[in-house]
Amino acid sequence: MVRTLPMLLRVGMSETVAYRVEFLVWVLTATQPLVMMSLMTFIAREQSFDGHSAPDFVAYYLATLIVRHLTGSWVSWRLTQEIRMGTLAMRLLRPIHPFYAHLASQLAAIPLRAVIAVVLAAILLMTSGAATLPHDAVQLALAPMSIMLAWLISFSVYFTIGSLALFLTETVAIGTIYFSLFSLFSGYLMPLDMLPYPIETLAGWLPFKFMLAVPVTILTQDLSTTACVHLLGGQVVWVVITTALALWTWSHGIKRFEAVGN
Amino acid sequence: MFRVQLRISIASALAYRANFVLEGLFSIAYSGLTLLPLIVVYGAHRSFNGWDFSSALVVMAYFTALQVILGGVVSPSMLDLVERVRNGSFDYVLLKPLDPQAMVSASRCRPWSIVDMLSPIAMAVYAFAHRGYPPSLGDLALGIALFMTGALTMYSLWIAGAALAFWVGRLDNLLYLLGAVFDTAKWPVAVFPGAWRIVFTFVIPVAMMTTFPAMALLGSLQPRQIVGSVAGSVAIFVASRLVWRAAIRSYTSASS
Repeated sequence: MVRTLPMLLRVGMSETVAYRVEFLVWVLTATQPLVMMSLMTFIAREQSFDGHSAPDFVAYYLATLIVRHLTGSWVSWRLTQEIRMGTLAMRLLRPIHPFYAHLASQLAAIPLRAVIAVVLAAILLMTSGAATLPHDAVQLALAPMSIMLAWLISFSVYFTIGSLALFLTETVAIGTIYFSLFSLFSGYLMPLDMLPYPIETLAGWLPFKFMLAVPVTILTQDLSTTACVHLLGGQVVWVVITTALALWTWSHGIKRFEAVGN
Repeated sequence: MFRVQLRISIASALAYRANFVLEGLFSIAYSGLTLLPLIVVYGAHRSFNGWDFSSALVVMAYFTALQVILGGVVSPSMLDLVERVRNGSFDYVLLKPLDPQAMVSASRCRPWSIVDMLSPIAMAVYAFAHRGYPPSLGDLALGIALFMTGALTMYSLWIAGAALAFWVGRLDNLLYLLGAVFDTAKWPVAVFPGAWRIVFTFVIPVAMMTTFPAMALLGSLQPRQIVGSVAGSVAIFVASRLVWRAAIRSYTSASS
């Protein structure tokens, strides 16, 4: 399995380059943090809003965009299309588990995603300055790891959603519902501490927070090393749960697959 | 013929009931969730650039209502179109002696989503109960009329997006981008800083879809804005029709 990785990565890379326009559109789709940023900074321009100043909001939403761009993937969309059109049959002929193949293909897109993230990071540093960023070297070193774990959780979740196309005929609705849950509980829409009390607590128990809010917190707030390790530990737990869920959904769904399409 | 197409799509939708039960359950929780950002923002600020909670809620009601139409008819039909273009079965649509745009626009719909209309109506009723007075009959009529033009604007943007998707090619996800931009329509344009307000009014006509209709219902829309809103949506409809025709002309089948 490891031997196939370089080849899969190369294929994935050229796929991303071939679909560069599509890639660009995916990038532009993540406009919501920018909209929310302009809204929140506008509200907080005179006095801080719920303990967040305008520069805080700028840093928060830029970090959100960085994490979102690095951790996003379009695997659910791809998978749904493959299932719907029957091209999945071709993939099943290969001796590689689709989960692994897609993982490699999405992994290959990361360098291109990183370009965008670097630009955003540069803007973040220029606009809010280093003051809003954490000072601890250990914490900064843990940030990439946290993003990586968030990427794994996101991938598994998207893979699960894509696999649902094996059971249901229309998964567009599920995608919409998923996204609205994600927006709210992951901190994509606004910092989680601004949500009303019961919802903030609920967010702590859901996986969404570990897909976005955790790496964003590590990127933008001063935390103790223990607190960081706690957050990363939570992420590891969710990686295990969501990967198991993705593989389970897939193995159950694939039995129902009959290669519809032409 | 158009009616037959609509009936077929309703019948085929009814065949998959599990989807609807799921959707119905979620739609209740869903509308609660969409309100949260509004509650958070207005929980801390009573009024914001001339918009208080109840008036912003009317905008949200319009947004939710448009989303019902979007999720119930427009979006599924357009995604279906993109898929048909991709696998070549779009040819059969073109072979039919009818306007393909009309055929495509109603190819898929989820009849059950009409139930979802209850939640925007409830929002609007609550908002006006909060304000303490009902809209005048004239405002109500204008509000409903502008809802129609708003829906027309939305539909036009989506059909143009779908046409562009197969005209340019490899842009199957363009509709997702439209969806992301449309999401800003849940806020009154006035809550955005200057530059964005101009973008959302003139470049991407988000204001025309929700803010102006809401202002009409609240009785604060200027005659100038009414004219602009109606003329704008007609112009966008015509433009989208032209894009569609151009895309069809350059369409070369993907099947064998």
